[in-house]
Formats: sequence, structure tokens, C-alpha cells
Amino acid sequence: MIQTVDFFTPIVDDPYLFGQIAAANALSDVYAMGGTPKVALNIVGFPNCLDPQILSDILRGGADKVKEAGAVLVGGHSVQNDEPQYGLCVSGFVHPDRIWKNYGARPGDVLILTKPLGNGLINTAAKADMASKEAMDAAVLSMGSLNRIASEVLKDFEVHACTDVTGFGLIGHALEMASASQVTLKINPGAIPVLPGAAEYAQMGLVPAGAYRNREYAGSYVKAENVPDYRMDILFDPQTSGGLLASVPEDMAPDIIRRMRSGGLPTRCAVIGRVLPKMDHSILVSS
Amino acid sequence: MNQLLNCIGLACPIPVVKTRKALEAFTEDGELTVLADNETCVQNLTRLAGSMNLPITSEQTGEKEYTVKIAVSTEAVKKSQGTEIEVTSCDVPTRRGATVVIASNQMGNGEEALGKALMKAFIFALTNSPDVPETILFYNSGAYLTCEGSDSLEDLKNLEEAGTKIFTCGTCLNFYGLTEKLAVGSVTNMYDIVDMQQKAAKIIRP
Repeated sequence: MIQTVDFFTPIVDDPYLFGQIAAANALSDVYAMGGTPKVALNIVGFPNCLDPQILSDILRGGADKVKEAGAVLVGGHSVQNDEPQYGLCVSGFVHPDRIWKNYGARPGDVLILTKPLGNGLINTAAKADMASKEAMDAAVLSMGSLNRIASEVLKDFEVHACTDVTGFGLIGHALEMASASQVTLKINPGAIPVLPGAAEYAQMGLVPAGAYRNREYAGSYVKAENVPDYRMDILFDPQTSGGLLASVPEDMAPDIIRRMRSGGLPTRCAVIGRVLPKMDHSILVSS
Repeated sequence: MNQLLNCIGLACPIPVVKTRKALEAFTEDGELTVLADNETCVQNLTRLAGSMNLPITSEQTGEKEYTVKIAVSTEAVKKSQGTEIEVTSCDVPTRRGATVVIASNQMGNGEEALGKALMKAFIFALTNSPDVPETILFYNSGAYLTCEGSDSLEDLKNLEEAGTKIFTCGTCLNFYGLTEKLAVGSVTNMYDIVDMQQKAAKIIRP
């Protein structure tokens, strides 16, 4: 059995969408371990001064996502709080022999990423009222998408290691995988799917503080060759409800990508790099 | 004209927005000094100034105080505001080079052998044209042309030497298992593919 919990404050104005995003985010850990979510509990903080309809919309968004995941929402707990907070505690099942861990990546594998990067940058731009509608819509669609299809497709193949990309950014989570697997991950920045607008906002200096913290933490393990700063910002950008990062045998990758696309994965997925024997740096960013 | 902007106590991205507005309000060249209280803010302002081509210096002037100085050129500010308009306006000099989009390893529809021969001849002909293209984009089975085993490699390398930028779609290379075989130019993604086509003065699709 897998148990996981996550909750946060609103990142979009629409309460229903916020509910969906918070639920997709909380369910993601189960998918990243190769499991199936079964039961969920709401965790809610809400101020008295706001219209209860807002709370009802948040919960409806969450409940719809839990239903889409095939799990059952059995209750929850709410407290009064200065700002709204919402998330879920999720339990899921996985066969003990088939748990995916964030280690086990082998030289010769390739890396698959199942959602585009950049939603932290877009959320920062949104706070500055500078995010375009196109960028915002794409970010909301991506954050609100379950990692279900990606996870289900991967289950039909051999997965050596898997994690979901969240607050530490792509590089932060890739670094965890590289260190734990005793390998070097080579990431091709040109192959990475990026949300529209994210590159522009990075160049304008709308970079979230978390991206700098991620860079500070992981920077010394990373060797980047001829990669402009704004592209590195995207790789360090903290993600809300990001995609799965999976290490799979190279010969299976084309089939996996094809199956994800034909299976209705709502976000862009791509092979974004490969696993190399351990070198001086754990992460190599180079085309 | 010199101006001071106090951003102490303001969380990012507000200082970036305020600085940008202040820069745009300059009517003559001068210096904008911004006071900030965190490193993130300083780094974001450095990116903003970089994107507008304005020189910037910063130093830590207190435990939680950073002084950022931006040398403001009204011309550079105006230029950075107008980039998008310039590209779409009719005043743009039409002498800009073309973007060639090669979406297949064959030219036209018909017999495969003929299509491939035509494509090879097309790329060769490009090398002989007086204005070499600014950019060539390769995607879908076009990706085969920039990889080992392609008959056009030499022509493409000549074009690259003559100043043409050559890009191949990374997704396509992955899909066809060619990632390690790319032999000329660099890898690109769909956003750059869209961007390059939108900004191209002229698009040629053989």
C-alpha cells in the first residue's frame, strides 16, 4: 500500500480548477510509484470571510479528479485558516515486486518526461499580470491533468526508475534519480517540451524564487554546455503537479511515446535524455 | 535623468514589474537605481536588463539591502518594446533571408526514389543560390536528411558554413531513433519551430 499527502494554497483564481490541480498533484505520487489510487481524504483550510460557494467549488474540482482517477473520496477534515488551502491524503495499491523507485536507472536507458515544464514561471508571470491567456490555459491544463495515462502506459513496459517532477524542478528530481542510481543523466535541453510563454517570462526576469533555490542547491552537480541562462531557468523551474520522469530501456521508448500519444495523454511527452555511466557531474545538460 | 525605485519589502515579481514600468517611463538616457531586499529580486532584475540590452550592476549594501543600478538608454528600451511590432510591420527590410521548411525526406508526392532524388537536388541548388537561406528547419522524415547516412550532408555543411542556421526537430530525431546520429546543425523544439516560422520574412516549402 502507498500513502501520500500534499496540499497547498491557490495558484489559480478559479476555485474549481484549483481543486482539480490540487487533487492531480496529490494523486501524482501514487502514479509515480506505479500504483493505483484507491481511497482519498480531503484536507481543507478555509477562512470564514469567504463565500462558502468557493469552498464547494474547490471540493467539487477535487472530487471530480479523484473520480477520474478511479478512486473513492471517503471524507476528510477541515479547519478555519487565514487563507484557503486544499489537498488530499491518498492511498493506493501496488504489487510489492512492481514498485517503481527513484533509483535503478541504468546506463543505456533513455529518459521520458510526460508533461511540459514552465508552470512555475507562468504562475510567477500571472502574479505580475503578465501571463498571456494562451500560457495560462496551457499551464492549467497541464497542472490539472492526472499522471494516470502516463503511468498506465509505462506499466506495460519495463521501468527502471520513475519519479514525478515537482518543487525541485526537472534537474532537482533528475539529480535525486542520478545520485540514487549511481549514474549520470544527460539531458537534451532542445528536446524538452516547454509550456508556451515560459521561455519569454524567464528572459524577462519573472523567475520564481524556488528556481534560484533549486539552482543553488543542485548547481554544483550540473554541467551545462552552451545552454542559455533562460533555458536553465526552465530546467530549474519548480513545478506544480508536474509530469513523470521515467528511465526506460532505449528500444522501448518509441513504443512508449507512441502509446502515450495514441492513448490520449493530454500533455506533450518526449524522450529528453539518456542515462550514462557515472561521471564527474551527475547531470549533464547538452544537446 | 536619474531615478530611485524602492522595492524593499516587495516580493517578486512585483519589483520586476515596477522596474520595467520605470524604465519605460524614461524620456531621456540616465540611470535607474533600484533598492531590493533579496537576491532573487536582483537576479530577476539582471535578467530583465539583459533582455532589454541595458548594462546593470548590483552590490549588497546592507544585511538585507541590495542596490541595483541600470544604465538606461531610451533607445534600447524602445527597441525592446517594439520587437514584436517590428517583425510584423511592413517597414521591415524585405532583404531578410528565407526560412526553408523541410517536412519530409522527399520532395513532392510520387515515387519514393524520385522524391528523394528531387530533395537532394533541391538542397544542392540551395547551396548555389545567391542568397542562402537564413534558416532551414527539418522535421518529421526530413530529420533523416541531417543525420548520418544522408546524401545531403555535404551540401548542408556547406550551407552552414555560408551562414545558414540548420535545425532539426528533437521529437522527430527521438521518434526515428536518430538522436545520436545528427551530423549537421542543432536540435530544436516545437516552440522554436513555431517561432522561427512566425518571424520568417518568407517561408519556402519544397
